[in-house]
Amino acid sequence: MARLILEGRELLLKEEESVLDCLLRHDIEVSYGCQAGVCQSCLLQSEGRVPEEAQTGLKDTLRVQNFFLACQCQPRNDLVIRLPVVENFHSRVVSLEHLTPEVVRLRLSVPEGFEYRPGQFLNLFHEGRSRSYSLASLPCEPFLEFHVRRVPEGRFSRWIFQRLGEGMPVEISSAQGECFYVEGQREQPLLLIATGTGLAPLYGILRDALAQGHEGPIHLYHGSSTAEGLYLQSTLQALARRHEQFHYVPCQSRGPVAAGVAAARANDKALEDLRDLKGWRVFLCGNPEMIKSAQRQCFLAGAKVQEIYSDPFLPSSS
Amino acid sequence: MTETLYDRLGGEAAVNAAVDIFYRKVLADERINQFFDGVDMEQQAAKQKAFLTLAFGGPNHYTGKDMREGHKHLVERGLNDSHVDAVLENLKATLEELNVAPELIQQVLGIAESARDDVLNR
Repeated sequence: MARLILEGRELLLKEEESVLDCLLRHDIEVSYGCQAGVCQSCLLQSEGRVPEEAQTGLKDTLRVQNFFLACQCQPRNDLVIRLPVVENFHSRVVSLEHLTPEVVRLRLSVPEGFEYRPGQFLNLFHEGRSRSYSLASLPCEPFLEFHVRRVPEGRFSRWIFQRLGEGMPVEISSAQGECFYVEGQREQPLLLIATGTGLAPLYGILRDALAQGHEGPIHLYHGSSTAEGLYLQSTLQALARRHEQFHYVPCQSRGPVAAGVAAARANDKALEDLRDLKGWRVFLCGNPEMIKSAQRQCFLAGAKVQEIYSDPFLPSSS
Repeated sequence: MTETLYDRLGGEAAVNAAVDIFYRKVLADERINQFFDGVDMEQQAAKQKAFLTLAFGGPNHYTGKDMREGHKHLVERGLNDSHVDAVLENLKATLEELNVAPELIQQVLGIAESARDDVLNR
């Protein structure tokens, strides 16, 4: 009979008992809803593989991280449940450079044992508070890269733009998030839409896809309300010249535009160009309003809900 | 052995095929899409899947009370019979698009219809 191992505690599973029922029987607090594998309230994470039926309806990025639905899981072998790990690492500033007056490229050293997938995010800690920043680097690179926008009156913006310098120590959390490239569908067309520094995770994801031999088309639409906000243009143009399958369209939603820049919102331009998104995987990062509109637009254009990955950049209140 | 309605429709695979089509119709329908504004799309898709599972006669644990509580805030915002009619219309169109036999469509609509009073908190 299989056992459930949770924080060192061993629970014996009864015959045909689900993980959810076992946890509830032991008075362990765990959220749940429909108990039919649909609402996903009982999502938990395991150390190893779980029975296939326990992952029905979950997105790829959750599956590869061994997330599963407790109500649908009747493990045949011992199952170790992984509780959210709160692990911090010590890092140092490798470099800090302005990509534009308002955007800084921050590179931190890679702590021993630190793992991540490009597109995930982590928290930086400073004076008792934390802020989330997305990873733009690749694990093969000798640094962790972030693109930081200057937020007016921003506590962390002040720290990063004015105080941080090369060599200074920075405490970071482990990597989190479900916005990253999953291999297995090399031919699948990918649509990436970002506003502002939402470009950071997508820059990581698209280079990750290319590095992993992705063969299908990759379309990136980067939007900003100003010309200065369209950073890394030459880098992205060079990447597009090197990789035939990668297409990059900078978009400016307000004011007169330079040659090669679309005068439109990134999401509108993307839908206008591509029209039919059946079979596509979509990544949306940045402004929450853009993401809400884009989710709907992409879905109505044929992309499945399962294939739309969103990473809204929400302002902090602390 | 008699197959259940759910089995005859195709079980979970049928629900999965129907959800995206149905949800797209609902979002594009000006009569009802305002009730889905500001709702997390993934969460909403999960609810649509649960609704279709119920309408297809499939396994679900939602009670009449769940349906009332779940729609209470919408009733307060003006949810009425015309909106339920619109949803059922979209459900019918979805099943027709999937080439489901007319008599099975009628059965599904019958089950969905039976939830009307609970949904409208009557």
